[in-house]
Amino acid sequence: MSRRLAAEIATLTLEHLWLVLIAIGVAALIAVPGAIALTRRPAWRRWVLGLANILQTIPSLALFGFLLPLPVIGGIGRHTAIVALCVYALLPILRNTLLGILGVDAGVLESAVAMGMTRNQILWRVELPLAVPAILAGLRIATVATIGTATIAAAIGAGGLGVFIFRGIATVDTSVVLAGAVPAALMALLADEGLEWIEKRLSRA
Amino acid sequence: MDGSPILEIRDLACRLGERLILRGINLDVREGETIVLLGRSGCGKTTLLKCVNGLIPLAGGEIRFEGRSTAEWDLIRLRRRMGYVIQDAGLFPHWTVAANVGLVPQLEEWEPARIEERVHFLLRTVGLPPGEFGPRYPRQLSGGQKQRVGIARALAADPPLLLLDEPFAALDPITRFELQKQFLALRETVRKTALFVTHDVREALMVATRIVLLKEGMIDLIATRDEFLAARSAEAQAFLAGLEEEWRKQDESAPRG
Repeated sequence: MSRRLAAEIATLTLEHLWLVLIAIGVAALIAVPGAIALTRRPAWRRWVLGLANILQTIPSLALFGFLLPLPVIGGIGRHTAIVALCVYALLPILRNTLLGILGVDAGVLESAVAMGMTRNQILWRVELPLAVPAILAGLRIATVATIGTATIAAAIGAGGLGVFIFRGIATVDTSVVLAGAVPAALMALLADEGLEWIEKRLSRA
Repeated sequence: MDGSPILEIRDLACRLGERLILRGINLDVREGETIVLLGRSGCGKTTLLKCVNGLIPLAGGEIRFEGRSTAEWDLIRLRRRMGYVIQDAGLFPHWTVAANVGLVPQLEEWEPARIEERVHFLLRTVGLPPGEFGPRYPRQLSGGQKQRVGIARALAADPPLLLLDEPFAALDPITRFELQKQFLALRETVRKTALFVTHDVREALMVATRIVLLKEGMIDLIATRDEFLAARSAEAQAFLAGLEEEWRKQDESAPRG
């Protein structure tokens, strides 16, 4: 492997990682508070989850295409890719956080209320800590999926490891495709293992 | 012991949806009493208990606690003045035993040293050595130990009233008997007023100073232990018949066992 190729792999891997981290970060900032709000509004749950579900089913290449002509959130470049990746990451985080909070044992909640804890105290000291394993599982699923989807972001000029894949396809050169695909797969595996490890550690404590 | 009642229930009614769960409930609870709410499943005894600490709203009537209507109480304050114990303890699984017991004092912002002292005292009182059990998590406890922690937690901020919802129902008979005895011993030392829900007439006769028998959402009978044993009401007779049946079975199985 030439030194130039190695340097390019490193740069694009970092770019890829950034895309994923920002997308997951923004998605978590929307989905976790969103899920908390949904635990208080049962009537909204079906609609919000349904919407997130529908968004999830849009093929990723099509979603990038839809976003291109839009002002502010669209256009060529990295921020459009982040918006799209975010949309895909919403559902698993939203759903897992919701299930994690709703899954807190009824007896535990009843005694929390009966002991005179306020709504906020129950949320921060009982519901969220007990939902942490579920929230982390959602983040893990979202992260692994986003690492894969982010390869398509290169199609709209967002960079990342997809650059190799599209270049390899265009030049019919499998080794170039692999230069993008292998690091992306490794990143997904590492993220999966790492987040699973954190999940296990936290649920043991 | 006498004087004005700590808890007064007047013409209480409660509905869940369309269904009237409780109606015409009148009851005075005086300091130091252990009132057992006895009845079949679905008679409304747990609902009555939850009306007292505002977990379920009233559809009519009034509850007065320490001379003041619960409608005027701040619900958070009211609940912190009532200890609450449920069947499977409802301990916080992510907190240690010591943190669970110290919950209400901590919410009330006691000094940490004072909380620790109180937690140690209570764990000793319910028969769990604090050094050994304080740092444990609920999943490392047996059912009986969890229930002891549940009782210690309910007593933590020294509330004037204890509410117990079938606290020993999920325990094996031997552990249940041990905890019932400990409850009686505890009552001698801490002198608490208690509302105790059960469907077990034997438990009722053991711990009650007065038994309130509920039937289909209404009070069938209010009686002391001796009055209950002589009661003519059909519902009381039904409970006592069940008890006799149990005794007869035990007598039959004893020689073989």
